Amino acid sequence: MIGLVDCNNFYVSCERVFNPRLEGEAVGVMSNNDGCVVARSQEIKSLGVAMGMPAHQIDPHIRRKCTLLSSNYALYGDMSSRVTDVLSQHTPHVDVYSIDESFLSFEGFEADTLEERCQVMRQQVRRDTGIPVSVGLSTSKTLAKIANHRAKKESMFNGVAMMDPNSNDTRAFLEQLPVNEIWGVAGRSAARLHTLGIENAWQLRTASPKHLRRHFSVVMERLVYELRGENCISLDDMSQPKKQIMVSRSFGRLTTDKTDLREALRAHASRAGEKLRRQNGLAQALMVFVHTNRFRQDLPSYSKRLVIPLPHPTDDSRELIKSAMAGLERVFKKDIWYQKCGIMLMDLCDHDNEQLGLLAEPISDEKRARNEKLMATLDKLNREHGKNTVRLGMPRKQNAWELRCEHRTPRYTTRWEELAVAKT
Amino acid sequence: MSMHFTILGRVDTMARPLRLPLAAGEVRAGFPSPADDYIEVELDLIAHLIKHPSATFFLRAKGTSMEDDGIKDNALLIVDRSLNPQPGHIVIMSVDGELTCKKLSIMGSRPYLVASNPEFKPIPLSGHDCHNWGVVTHSISSLAPGFAI
Repeated sequence: MIGLVDCNNFYVSCERVFNPRLEGEAVGVMSNNDGCVVARSQEIKSLGVAMGMPAHQIDPHIRRKCTLLSSNYALYGDMSSRVTDVLSQHTPHVDVYSIDESFLSFEGFEADTLEERCQVMRQQVRRDTGIPVSVGLSTSKTLAKIANHRAKKESMFNGVAMMDPNSNDTRAFLEQLPVNEIWGVAGRSAARLHTLGIENAWQLRTASPKHLRRHFSVVMERLVYELRGENCISLDDMSQPKKQIMVSRSFGRLTTDKTDLREALRAHASRAGEKLRRQNGLAQALMVFVHTNRFRQDLPSYSKRLVIPLPHPTDDSRELIKSAMAGLERVFKKDIWYQKCGIMLMDLCDHDNEQLGLLAEPISDEKRARNEKLMATLDKLNREHGKNTVRLGMPRKQNAWELRCEHRTPRYTTRWEELAVAKT
Repeated sequence: MSMHFTILGRVDTMARPLRLPLAAGEVRAGFPSPADDYIEVELDLIAHLIKHPSATFFLRAKGTSMEDDGIKDNALLIVDRSLNPQPGHIVIMSVDGELTCKKLSIMGSRPYLVASNPEFKPIPLSGHDCHNWGVVTHSISSLAPGFAI
């Protein structure tokens, strides 16, 4: 069995832990530089504030009813680590998928007590960290993701939904689920599926995998098997376009060497940059994570993640690498045997409607054009002559950028001077 | 001759086993190597004070109502969210949306939040929007000038 644990309205939930007054209020968190709304509470969704909406476009009447906060990445990164720590007390197989989602493998666990176990886990996450989570369970990642969605929407599940791939209930649910709501089926693929007469998830599940492979790609073929309950998609195949990009890999052998980590993260950041440029996006924050092998009970376990706001939305690999290297300096601990490290690009926005913060220095058109040309050439060389034909060395020093974050709450968990206050 | 026991507290069954340093000498019943007494590791205050790292948060106390319980104004509080609050515990509760530090007490079979300074009236949990936040396990204040907490 596979579980997908998803934190409910993660950024907003983090804020509410330290500011309980925000409970029940319409709360939005804005992207880096206070551009767009990137996280929303249920209440602000109900007021009609859309995901990605530029903050200044919100109707003033509605704006008055909302609390809009700047992103507090230090807090979200720390809370995310804590949630993962609790999850890994329940199964050693935790795969971080994004800052607020993890896939858990429950191989070898008894299926009929699993829902109960997950209720206990869910309540422990809530108690220990204050973050509400939902759990979806099934035999494939895609179905677990769908089950998770149901756990969130249908209150009868009480936060934990299990979907038997072969039940009538599952069939009924898939029959009314439009294909574009399936994990990994983007708008364009959905439109093309429509032309083949495939409109809902059940139709996709019963379609011929080979046929779909011819029309789309191997990923679409695997999706058919996933909907049938066979787990066959790897997380690296399934970075959600437009929302985040994740590149990570386990080391072939455990390492304590910072140089190994540095080189791996540099390669991951370059690769993430390529992916980002291919989807014509810009990243506003970057997460670096490292962890040890949780199976090695004989070695100290360590897991750390750090979210670094980027000075301005960017797709420039050199800037991504620079931030990743700065992040490594903060998360690296000596004498620890690392198993895996990775990069996640977060809060992506479209290249075409980049929001510049008022204080962020705009790059001159000439410089931007030059950067874009450089990155395009880089991608082309690597595409045509194989990965890593051209690699980026040490990036040059750049002046520090001022971030716009007027409405950022204190960094409650990472700064002594900013701890939450308890009135005595 | 009488014997004194000091109760240090209950064994925490939730805590994961701590990694203890391995003694270098061979263990022989009755004859431990005298060298073992000289093997020392640095004391890790954080590990000593914090049993559940992912559930532990630091908070800052503001106010004087808890001074007789050892919590000075501006003290650093170590708060463990994984503990179940019991009467007698110093707790953090969200009271009408505000994080509040008081002692949890039962008076006449009803739960109250009580300050150690009797000038402050006990707050009944019923009648307020109260949510448990965590149990205060330690309070740290600096005594020497120039040492910040």
